[in-house]
Amino acid sequence: MSYPTDLRYTRDHEWIRLEEGIGRIGVTHFAQEQLGDVVFVELPDVGRVLAKGEQFGSIESVKAVSDLYAPMSGRVVEVNGTVADQPESVNQDPHAAWMIAIAIDAAREAEELLDADGYASLIGGA
Amino acid sequence: MARTTADTLRTTPLHACHTALGARMVPFGGWEMPLQYAGIAAEHRAVRTAAGLFDVSHMGELELAGTDALAMLQQMTANDASRLETGEAQYSALTTPEGTVVDDLVVYRLAAEHFLLVVNAANAATDLTWIRRGIASAATTRAPDAVVIDTSARYALIALQGPRAEGILQPLTGVELHTISPFGFASGEVGNVRATIARTGYTGEDGFELLVAPAGAATVWTCLLEAGDGDGLVPVGLGARDTLRLEAGMRLHGQDMDTTTTLIEAGLRWMIAWEKGPFTGRDALAAERESGPSRRLVGFEMIDRGIARPGYAVHEAGADETGAAIGRVTSGTLTPHLRRAIGMAYVPTARAAPGSELTIDVRGARLRARVVRMPFYRRPR
Repeated sequence: MSYPTDLRYTRDHEWIRLEEGIGRIGVTHFAQEQLGDVVFVELPDVGRVLAKGEQFGSIESVKAVSDLYAPMSGRVVEVNGTVADQPESVNQDPHAAWMIAIAIDAAREAEELLDADGYASLIGGA
Repeated sequence: MARTTADTLRTTPLHACHTALGARMVPFGGWEMPLQYAGIAAEHRAVRTAAGLFDVSHMGELELAGTDALAMLQQMTANDASRLETGEAQYSALTTPEGTVVDDLVVYRLAAEHFLLVVNAANAATDLTWIRRGIASAATTRAPDAVVIDTSARYALIALQGPRAEGILQPLTGVELHTISPFGFASGEVGNVRATIARTGYTGEDGFELLVAPAGAATVWTCLLEAGDGDGLVPVGLGARDTLRLEAGMRLHGQDMDTTTTLIEAGLRWMIAWEKGPFTGRDALAAERESGPSRRLVGFEMIDRGIARPGYAVHEAGADETGAAIGRVTSGTLTPHLRRAIGMAYVPTARAAPGSELTIDVRGARLRARVVRMPFYRRPR
């Protein structure tokens, strides 16, 4: 598995795609593989203000539930209803299945996130 | 995500088969077992619509033999083992004097004075000690002629479950499978390996459990998978085993019942053979039958969107944040076949009627659920 170089990654296995002040957030291929069949994704309402590292929702597989954490600070401007309605899309195409979009507060927070190589070595050997 | 070292875990004779199939292995009850192969949902659906193959060799086997074996079993278990002919099995339970559940088990009558008990992996050592103590303390004038030994290492246990199970197994054995009734068993061979073929299982589907010697296990496993390939047979891990048994309303010992819950509270009153005479726990259970249990294990389904997991607190319908819990979820998932969030919970008897509404605390959110009859799924006949 090669990880897209246009994404930034957290150690909790979220990714964020940054475009013109907006960050779209999802979970990584590694995360969905560890979870197994995703059956439920709980997401926040539009307008919620998230601090970096704050829990914004949860993702559940048949066996387990995991919390979702904001990779960067910002206000939720869009929620992807498709992922909520079709949770299996997280398994099928994890790096396309974004969950929320936030208006980025501080672009410099991206520097603290991992790039594709850094993330790949984090999960390396897994 | 923490990795568990496998070196302290026991492995079954089929371990190499699982890793060759790409299974994700996890620790379970002291064993390294397959959690899933292709995925829990796909495996679950395969068992409901075609067939699945399970390695359940971690289950414990105890054998009880002697002229007093039946009497000892009658004293220690709730069901009536005297109803069993050789070649028949029954679901039963080892009970405490309080009527609570040491373990649930399947009792196979191998011969008039020889019984095989298939018990939960995590409880095998406890059960063995419990039965030995029961024999030693039997209120008889002479020492009972009964011996129990742990024969788990002599068996691998392979389950073939699903509507196509009989069709897949029949070409591989000389035993006429249609002659084996539910909870019956026969000796024969599967793929030239000697096997005890029982029409039992833990999925809510028709199917078989095959007891074979460890040395023959891989042969049986491989030839079954090959034989069932065209019929949609897939290997199934413990993940789907759990969702299948929950959908079928089957209790899991250590989760849905244990030594703090009585057989009646756990909804297994049908198992109790009141007329067979005294047995451990009978007096307590008879008193509870008279007074009625204060709580009961119920099935529920979520009304609000969300999944209740084991350990979540149950509250009165519409309860606010301040009220005390009235019960606890013991099992819960979103079932891959029914696509419903279901579970089991202990609730006060006054809240146990089907249709009663409950509130479940799902990680801080108060979500509505409704008591429903179990099983959640019943196979079409």
